[in-house]
Amino acid sequence: MRPFLPIAAVLAVLAAVPFVVHSNTTLNFLVVALMIALAGQGWNILGGYGGQYSFGHAAFFGTGTYVTAILQVRYGVNAWFGFVGGIVAGAALGGALGALVFRSGLRGSYFALVTLAFAEVLRIIASVAPITGAGVGTLIKLDLGIRTFQFQSRAAFYWIILALVGVSLVLAQLIERSRFGAWLIAVRENEDAAKALGVDASTVKTVAMVISAAITAAAGCFYAQYFLFVDSGIAYGTWISIEALLTPIIGGVGTVFGPLLGALVVKTLGEAAKLLTGDAPGLDLIIYGTVLVLVIWIMPRGLIGGLASARKLMRREAPAAPTGEVRHG
Amino acid sequence: MAEPLLVVDGVTCRFGGLVAVNAASLGAQEGQITALIGPNGAGKTTLFSIISGFVRANQGSVHFAGQNVTGEPPYRLARRGIARTFQIVQPFYGLSVRENILVGAHLHHRKRDAALAVADQIGRDVGLGEMLDRAADQLTVAGRKRLELARSLATEPKLLLLDEVLAGLNPSEIRDIVPVIREFCRRGITILMIEHVMQAVMSLAEQVFVLAEGRIIAKGTPTEIVADPAVVEAYLGRGAAARLGARHGH
Ligand SMILES: Nc1ncnc2c1ncn2[C@@H]1O[C@H](COP(=O)(O)OP(=O)(O)OP(=O)(O)O)[C@@H](O)[C@H]1O
Ligand SMILES: [Mg+2]
Repeated sequence: MRPFLPIAAVLAVLAAVPFVVHSNTTLNFLVVALMIALAGQGWNILGGYGGQYSFGHAAFFGTGTYVTAILQVRYGVNAWFGFVGGIVAGAALGGALGALVFRSGLRGSYFALVTLAFAEVLRIIASVAPITGAGVGTLIKLDLGIRTFQFQSRAAFYWIILALVGVSLVLAQLIERSRFGAWLIAVRENEDAAKALGVDASTVKTVAMVISAAITAAAGCFYAQYFLFVDSGIAYGTWISIEALLTPIIGGVGTVFGPLLGALVVKTLGEAAKLLTGDAPGLDLIIYGTVLVLVIWIMPRGLIGGLASARKLMRREAPAAPTGEVRHG
Repeated sequence: MAEPLLVVDGVTCRFGGLVAVNAASLGAQEGQITALIGPNGAGKTTLFSIISGFVRANQGSVHFAGQNVTGEPPYRLARRGIARTFQIVQPFYGLSVRENILVGAHLHHRKRDAALAVADQIGRDVGLGEMLDRAADQLTVAGRKRLELARSLATEPKLLLLDEVLAGLNPSEIRDIVPVIREFCRRGITILMIEHVMQAVMSLAEQVFVLAEGRIIAKGTPTEIVADPAVVEAYLGRGAAARLGARHGH
């Protein structure tokens, strides 16, 4: 149970926020940040733990969004089932793509390029296919209610996305301490050495991609319910591929809390840059980009990695008596 | 004699025009230490890569424990009980020594606690007990060789392929690690080792195969091998045996 205490603590604190903060703008900001954290956690499973840097997680986000919306609008499926359908579709897509890509031995920048191209192809298809609403997009009819998964209160959405983030944190923690996780990390560190130790690398990576895709798709499903609208640029646009990989990289790649921390920091930074520059167009993006580059430069292992090194440094400066802590790798 | 645990039969491997291994056959008798020696570039590592599934042979077969395992992927061979070390060590640099060994231990232990217990035990057995919490990239060359050995042992193999685990070590480090290898053989692991350090080959191996330019040119006990003119020629060049013999005559 002990490894889950930090997760419980973080969730408890975040869950209390709507009792203190009543501003819709702030809650809206947090909902979006958590949604990005969820998408980022998906990326983190495959990219952070498995070392497979995808540049096309929009493929999964967008599939979640579209499937949730289309099932409701065109097939009259209940919104909650639509939501689950979106996750399943994302996972299936991840499995198919993973099986294809990893079995043919694509790695590194080739993998990144293939995922990028894949998401782009989906975007183009979605922008012309009748079922997605083509250029017009798909609008989910406003119809408040629990049954329709539509809420007046921002807080309700906030708690829902927080719960999803919570599930993703627990999942990451479980993976980190499981045999599957050890194998996945081994593949990231050195694929040949992993194979020699009995790791079926392509299956491990494919399973990671299924989990990864499912989590990022869940963020997409949530998007559909929250904004009630989707078009090809939103669903399969590069913006989400970038946010999904940027947040874990900033927060700490291959760590449980990296994506959440990264999303909160990156989103806050974006808002702060906007406030600071007023309406000078583009200036906020320049500030935003500069700070991101600096963070990556100073802390290549992200904020969490940077904190860990700082703590180690401080400990070395004060070599106190042995702390008696038990480390389990 | 019983059927050897490992039987390599007529294996040939070409890289473009280069024949790295040429119709090579060898066997490793269960419970014994067998050595594979030969000059640089003879094809020893390539032969190991074929046995462990990393390289496909163009011809020939590999049988393990009576079954034809030719062309099986590395992970499946590892599950059958074939473990290998790499001549150029391949640690998981980002992980601790314990986590490195843990990956191997997980092959037969799903539960983290059980695998950790195995990893710690093997770490101590190979003399890395003090280093378990260190990052793998902090180890010395000798430490990395030990880690390479520990990780493959943690998969609890039947057959262990050691590719020059003594290379780059000083004499005292070699003296430390030779008994470790002997001890694991005593526990029932069959060992096939590539080794240039002849002193270690002489003291450890019961059978020696000599590979030169891709071919097996001699096999026998270590004492037979060092007296074999073909072996001396392979190492020192054509005519060397005759010249040495002549000098002995005077
Ligand atoms: N992947 C490869 N592609 C092309 N040539 C290769 C490859 N691997 C090995 N070779 C060549 O095959 C020959 C045998 O190499 P190998 O590494 O098996 O020799 P070795 O006996 O292990 O030598 P050493 O004692 O130096 O380790 C060499 O000429 C080498 O350059
Ligand atoms: Mg070699």
